[in-house]
Amino acid sequence: MKISPEEVAKVARLARLDLTPEKISQYAGQLDGVLAYMDKLSELDTSDVEPMYTPVDQVSVMREDVVKKEFTREDILKNAPETDGSFFIVPRIV
Amino acid sequence: MPDSTQSPLAQLTLTQVRQQLADKSLSASEVTEAVLARIAATEPRVQALLSVQAEEARARASALDASGPDAGKPLWGVPLVVKDVLATKGVPTTCASKILENFRPVFDATAVARLKDAGAILLGKANMDEFAMGSTTENSAYFPTKNPWDLSRVPGGSSGGSAATVAACQCFGALGTDTGGSIRLPASFCGIVGLKPTYGRVSRFGMVAYGSSLDQIGPMTRTVEDAARLLQVIAGHDERDSTCINAPVPDYVAALAQRTDLKGLTIGLPAQYWDKGLAPEVAEACGLAVKQAEALGAKTVPVDLKLSEYAVATYYIIAVAEASSNLARFDGVRYGLRDKSAQSLLEMYVKSRTRGFGEEVQRRIILGTYVLSSGYYDAYYRKAAQVRRLIRQDFEAALKNCDLIMGPVCPTTAFKVGEMSDDPLQMYLMDIFTISANLAGLPGLSLPVGLGHEYGLPVGLQLTGRALDETLLLQVAHVLEQHVAPTGLPSL
Repeated sequence: MKISPEEVAKVARLARLDLTPEKISQYAGQLDGVLAYMDKLSELDTSDVEPMYTPVDQVSVMREDVVKKEFTREDILKNAPETDGSFFIVPRIV
Repeated sequence: MPDSTQSPLAQLTLTQVRQQLADKSLSASEVTEAVLARIAATEPRVQALLSVQAEEARARASALDASGPDAGKPLWGVPLVVKDVLATKGVPTTCASKILENFRPVFDATAVARLKDAGAILLGKANMDEFAMGSTTENSAYFPTKNPWDLSRVPGGSSGGSAATVAACQCFGALGTDTGGSIRLPASFCGIVGLKPTYGRVSRFGMVAYGSSLDQIGPMTRTVEDAARLLQVIAGHDERDSTCINAPVPDYVAALAQRTDLKGLTIGLPAQYWDKGLAPEVAEACGLAVKQAEALGAKTVPVDLKLSEYAVATYYIIAVAEASSNLARFDGVRYGLRDKSAQSLLEMYVKSRTRGFGEEVQRRIILGTYVLSSGYYDAYYRKAAQVRRLIRQDFEAALKNCDLIMGPVCPTTAFKVGEMSDDPLQMYLMDIFTISANLAGLPGLSLPVGLGHEYGLPVGLQLTGRALDETLLLQVAHVLEQHVAPTGLPSL
């Protein structure tokens, strides 16, 4: 087996998802099949191949360090689930 | 057309309607009313749109009419739809997810801003698989879109709403996005033209990211010339997307007139795309289109894409890894759904995400988190990135021996709603011919080549070209379009 229900539960916690035991066992079964399929890649010898993470040759893009103000505080807070008009409010942390 | 709700005005191509708007034989308001009427008549059955901006569109059309046609604006007065993964200022942008149900961006995606600057009217936002994860548009958290050719079948996905709205003549063109085939597959299933540009040709700023190294925005239209006109407007450098290529944008529309046959061109036919697993009607329609290309002067040669069988595995590792990272931003803090019952910050993240994300999205986040996790990173993610380079080299080698590659978009025509929804792996395999172009960053175009003899549904031929050579894809597709079996429009 490529992935156990315990591993699915652990990864779900890392991904900040709360799965029911039924979902965990369902995903474990499905992901096991998907991972087994993905193991096909081990047939290929890639020891000398540089990984390709993007199709464009990544160059650092520089721009002038100029202050711009494109949005107001009100704009930025417009979609906030909870705000006091100045800040994003979240449940108490400390 | 058999049905009286089939408005002749709504059936015009984008190219035709912009001409009639420019010469004042039609007003922007008349055109807008025609497509709104068409939406009212067909949308209850097709369900292509998550929202329709009827009042805003009417107001914009009136304002445009008041100032009169502007020759400097290539899409003046043309009503268009964009996929709901693209940010639209003040207009709901949900990605077909519950987690963004009430989200209204305070800015436009660059591609949307460019359409507006070109004079286009935003008519509505197209349905999709949630966060673009799916191949049928059944994974929308709101409702599935139906294929206008046969309402019991899927339109393809993930840009299924964009494909269906264009095929149903609810608008004159749409934007879709393509991470592994999400423009080309629905274009094929719905009998329209869909173009995934070269990675970096169109700015991704304002597109809600799925797989950032794979995603591209592109046009979905009823003709090749229409696609050229939309690409013309949205292509080009944008300082807000560091992966957007700073290269001149050719005149795609003018280039179409420069080619009337396919003489001097070499078309590569990969055995891996033609030899096995094709539905007979797909093999037949695509095969006839290739014969037609030969009759128009093209030479065909076999090419070897020997790594094709590894593309699906490579693609899904990379796509889910990038997705799990991209979707970490949905935490209930700054926008999107928040579970208000949570007592602690961590509980708020967990409850908001668990409630807000649908099943396929959660499955891909978990898989992505797994392949990036310590102990598995090298075996999966790094390995896939290495195979990705080999796949690109495969294409580079093939495209040394030919000018473009042709094959089917998908092994089948549109399948029945519900037919594929139980087995994720089976569904992932629908993308087998389209994902390589995303891995390699190459442009791909889906051209309708007639109706299959078995089910009478559209078949799409895929043209894949060299990086930044959208011009040749559009030219070849434009020539072929006039010679292959006509697909026509669905009778709704």
